[in-house]
Amino acid sequence: MRYRSGGHRGMQQDMKQKKFDSIDTALDRLKDGDTVLVGGFGLSGIPEKLINGVCERGLRDLTVVNNSSGAGRFGVARLLEKGCVAKVIVSFPWGRESDVFKELYKAGKVDLEIVPQGILAERMRAAGAGLGGILSPSGVGTQIAEGKPIHMVGNQEYIVETALPGDVALIKAHKVDPRGNLIYRLASQNMNPVMAMAAKHTIVEVDAEVALGDLAPAEIITPGVFVDRYVVTGRYKPEAWEGAWHE
Amino acid sequence: MSERRGLSREQIAKRVAAELEDGWLVNLGLGIPTLAVNYIPEGRDILFHSENGIIGMGPRPADEDVDTDLMSAGKGPITLIEGAALVHHADSFVVARGGRLDAAILGAYQVADSGDFANWRLPDRHVGGIGGAMDIAVGAQRVFITMSQTDKDGTPKLVEDLTYPLTTKACVTKVFTEMAVIAVTDQGFVLEEVAPGFTPDDIVARTAASLIVPDDVGTIAA
Repeated sequence: MRYRSGGHRGMQQDMKQKKFDSIDTALDRLKDGDTVLVGGFGLSGIPEKLINGVCERGLRDLTVVNNSSGAGRFGVARLLEKGCVAKVIVSFPWGRESDVFKELYKAGKVDLEIVPQGILAERMRAAGAGLGGILSPSGVGTQIAEGKPIHMVGNQEYIVETALPGDVALIKAHKVDPRGNLIYRLASQNMNPVMAMAAKHTIVEVDAEVALGDLAPAEIITPGVFVDRYVVTGRYKPEAWEGAWHE
Repeated sequence: MSERRGLSREQIAKRVAAELEDGWLVNLGLGIPTLAVNYIPEGRDILFHSENGIIGMGPRPADEDVDTDLMSAGKGPITLIEGAALVHHADSFVVARGGRLDAAILGAYQVADSGDFANWRLPDRHVGGIGGAMDIAVGAQRVFITMSQTDKDGTPKLVEDLTYPLTTKACVTKVFTEMAVIAVTDQGFVLEEVAPGFTPDDIVARTAASLIVPDDVGTIAA
């Protein structure tokens, strides 16, 4: 089923070209010192090809926002290992598999800001929504609140958490159309949709491209207005996954 | 007396699972809490939430059906039940912080008799892993903690004041250990049940806060 309204067929020629064939070219607006929002949780929704592209471009002093500081030597851990990262903003820096981060952190070579996971997502949503921040109940009275203003609403204490915008978001999606509209595969959305909204410049790696009109408008998760560039990589087995793989 | 070893991890999971009521939405933390999904009493319709955007998480699939885009918060392969819904992270935590979780089952290093608990960082280490714990504990209607009664060296983990860094204040509903079920009330800790082979005095001796012992303390059905 294709979804079209009559009378606008000519628009395709006028559309901004968002499709890039080369990962390297798609990344050409990243600069040293940028804040980069990187999607992915566990093994799912990680833009591994874009991450590898950032490593190859040899960028430096990035602030990387992700749920974790990476596992093994993949994803965010690879960015750290290649020396691209000055600071991470994450909810889970200290996992069993985060050896690369631990070593750099102990040596004083990378800074850390730790944020409760839901507040990490909400701070990015706030940035995308044009808000200056949020009032958070998560972490009241804990180390997380240290140095942050407290705001009372009635008798309830809240931490003032500032919005977390990105210069660039690197995200992963399942299908894209030429406008950049995105849908995601199964539980792979994680922080990708909020990151797309929170960054000034969003770059997507995507399993497949479909024709304009092939995505049902009501099923689109990320509208193309939040997408600047995309690269079709095909679906591939996550590098860190050692189990069975199905196309 | 071999029973004195207390409940196994599976038996603790089974006991906490018995606490879950029909129609509830429940978040499971890593470790023993994850095992609880295997012991849901028959006939109870319970929805499981996973912080990475899954409402309606089902049991582990057969090896040949594992999909890397269907994993729990602890990277364990899962399935979706019929009628499951998938959302992004911000909406997943709207479910948690917004009060939609009837219960969360989490692990802990320590629980205080005020209902404060600690589970994210060791006192002698500068960093730890918060993950979703602070958002989930602050929002859930009930927080059930599964943990051992004492540290390996015998130090009680139920205390008057936390010595480990706080995760969330005044949120714990009940604690399930290998020796006992202990409720957190306005009056402090109240012993509800003991494991087979243990007496209320055994639990009092392994609790570093006052423990109210009612006349009708039950025995955990192990």
